[in-house]
Amino acid sequence: MKGIGIVSYGSNIPRYRIKAEEIASVWGKDGESISKGLGINEKSVPSVDQDTATISVEAARAALRRCSVDPQEIGAIYVGSESHPYAVKPTGTIVGEAIGATPDLMVADYEFACKAGTAGIQSCTALVKADLVKYGLAIGADTSQAAPGDALEFSASAGGGAFIIGRDNVIATINHTCSFTTDTPDFWRRAERKYPAHGGRFTGAPAYFKHITSCATNIMKMAGTKPEDYDYAIFHQPNGKFPIKVAKMLGFTYDQIKQGLLAPYIGNTYSGATMIGLASVLDVAKPGDRVFLTSYGSGAGSDGFDITVTDKIKDLARENAPTVAQMVEDKEYIDYGTYAKFTDLLYWE
Amino acid sequence: MRDVAVIGVGLTKFGELWDKSFRQLTAEAGSKAIFDAGIEGKEIDAMYVGSMSSGRFVGQEHVGALVADASGFSHVHIPSTRVEGACASGGLAVREGYLSIASGMNDVVVVGGVEKMNDVSGNAATETLATAADQEWEAFFGATFPALYAMIATKHMHDYGTTKEQLAQVAVKNHANGALNPYAQYQREIKLETVLNATTVAYPLGLFDCSPVTDGAASVVLCAADKAKEYTDKAVKIIASGQASDTLSLHGRRDICTLDSTVYAAKMAYKQANLTPKDIDLAEVHDCFTIAEICAIEDLGFVEKGQGGKAVENKITTLDGSLPVNTSGGLKAKGHPVGATGVAQIVEIALQLRGDAEKRQVNDARIGLAHNVGGSGATCTVHIMEAV
Repeated sequence: MKGIGIVSYGSNIPRYRIKAEEIASVWGKDGESISKGLGINEKSVPSVDQDTATISVEAARAALRRCSVDPQEIGAIYVGSESHPYAVKPTGTIVGEAIGATPDLMVADYEFACKAGTAGIQSCTALVKADLVKYGLAIGADTSQAAPGDALEFSASAGGGAFIIGRDNVIATINHTCSFTTDTPDFWRRAERKYPAHGGRFTGAPAYFKHITSCATNIMKMAGTKPEDYDYAIFHQPNGKFPIKVAKMLGFTYDQIKQGLLAPYIGNTYSGATMIGLASVLDVAKPGDRVFLTSYGSGAGSDGFDITVTDKIKDLARENAPTVAQMVEDKEYIDYGTYAKFTDLLYWE
Repeated sequence: MRDVAVIGVGLTKFGELWDKSFRQLTAEAGSKAIFDAGIEGKEIDAMYVGSMSSGRFVGQEHVGALVADASGFSHVHIPSTRVEGACASGGLAVREGYLSIASGMNDVVVVGGVEKMNDVSGNAATETLATAADQEWEAFFGATFPALYAMIATKHMHDYGTTKEQLAQVAVKNHANGALNPYAQYQREIKLETVLNATTVAYPLGLFDCSPVTDGAASVVLCAADKAKEYTDKAVKIIASGQASDTLSLHGRRDICTLDSTVYAAKMAYKQANLTPKDIDLAEVHDCFTIAEICAIEDLGFVEKGQGGKAVENKITTLDGSLPVNTSGGLKAKGHPVGATGVAQIVEIALQLRGDAEKRQVNDARIGLAHNVGGSGATCTVHIMEAV
């Protein structure tokens, strides 16, 4: 995949935050020990007027502001999410129209739990490689759901990342990518259900850890690399603990993953998680930096990427959009009542 | 009554065994025991299987026949019976097998115990375990086993001055033993502070005072002692089998700090073996919660009532203490697949008396005791075993 890669990137994180302690106090739980156990202090919360479509549009606009790509040259948009606002009617068309990329455009919405965004990067990369499009736009975004009182309530949050993939002015080449996929039902949401269900501890060893370690091992084999060859590594982060553990299992250090580790501050943004992690790394990356990324989506699968940052990153107008760190810091705390209103937990007829 | 020997033992690894089915677990433990004993299917006169709640855990009843089938014995049509007595199901299965040989009815019997508990959520597992309590008078009002044993613990602390640190020391010791057992769910030592600082489950019991939810199976092959030599030179004798019952509910007891079922089952076993508690070299006791081990060593007569906490503090029950207790890691560290536990205890005592316990081997172990409890103490079995 010589010369194909990321041309620009953007991300978006809603500014509202709720602390784990605040959620715990409502349910009579020990917030401090839950925070410690999950490695999550607080999570982002979408406002009443934010959803996967608005977050996707904001992230895509941020990516466009940083580069000189004409939206009309974008030939494909894939939006990965498990919280598309409509069951039938694509999010991708809203994004395409909002950024001015329609109508000569391939569009599809993707769903693969938390890895639908990276699946979009793979599809765009393939379309560019096949010369079917000049640029592809891959987005991963979610306003993830958690049933009131469920353990997921401490982590399920909102945010997204957008990546323009192409051959020209590539700031980071995608050297290798591969996936590891099995039918492993660790987490799911049936049609018509408001909240997802999960298999408790089954989501750990046989699901998250097996798929990420297998995929990561395969991509390093493909690239002929070792963990120490990378400057940065990003792993899916359903909480603050799992990515640290999986990094250690694979031989990566905390220093390699800390720039891309956002879960402690914003929670699990699902399809946005590794996308925002990668955006955070690109916010600070220098030419020549090697980046390792492995996403994870329940159900289950992992997408792995071996990436090298190029000299072109110096020409990208990174300052034209807020960095991930700035968005993490730009926050306003809300109480559980406001959270309940914002996330549609309240019912009336 | 004929003497009975254990001529083969088998265990699966205990833990979260996502990639093994209920059927595979029974077949694995059973085939290991049968291979260890060197017997053939046609030589097996009967099978007994302990399983507490396979129906709720994996949706499978009719486990007696299933185990015989999964072990590859459907063509020899072995009589196979499932035995249930909550967490004492395994101990009861061993006793049924023992009685059937002692009575002269059978010569060779395979006893198994199995539970696969991780296929349901933690809440569902707790609810299923609570079916071993009194549904009308305990479970209906929200009492689960951690709550019931927490009541025992607070009363024990009140009556005898037992401390949270002493409870915690049970967990520390059992994890240290579990670290030496390759079949244990948890093979890591833990610190006292870790136990004391863990999330409270039901005061005074924290997370590390409770045994885990576990998948696993255990099996032993029993044989008339006079025929044991035909199969192995590693036989171990079961010299006594005691069993007793008590009120199903905790509040019905004369003293909630004493499990009278343990007292009576032990009395029956000591009498049969013509031994006293002082004669026991090591014991596997039912430490479903740390307080349960403290009560057990008192009720089995190893220490005076109320002195269990101090005994643990004084390290009498450690691997190199005067009476090693739960050398396998116990339910706490080895894991507690409820129906398998009672059989796994017999496996551990047999390995110790055979001198096959490797890193956790107790020197000069001659007489061992296995103590298995159902519920909060409504059912108890006590087996005493002797090296040959």
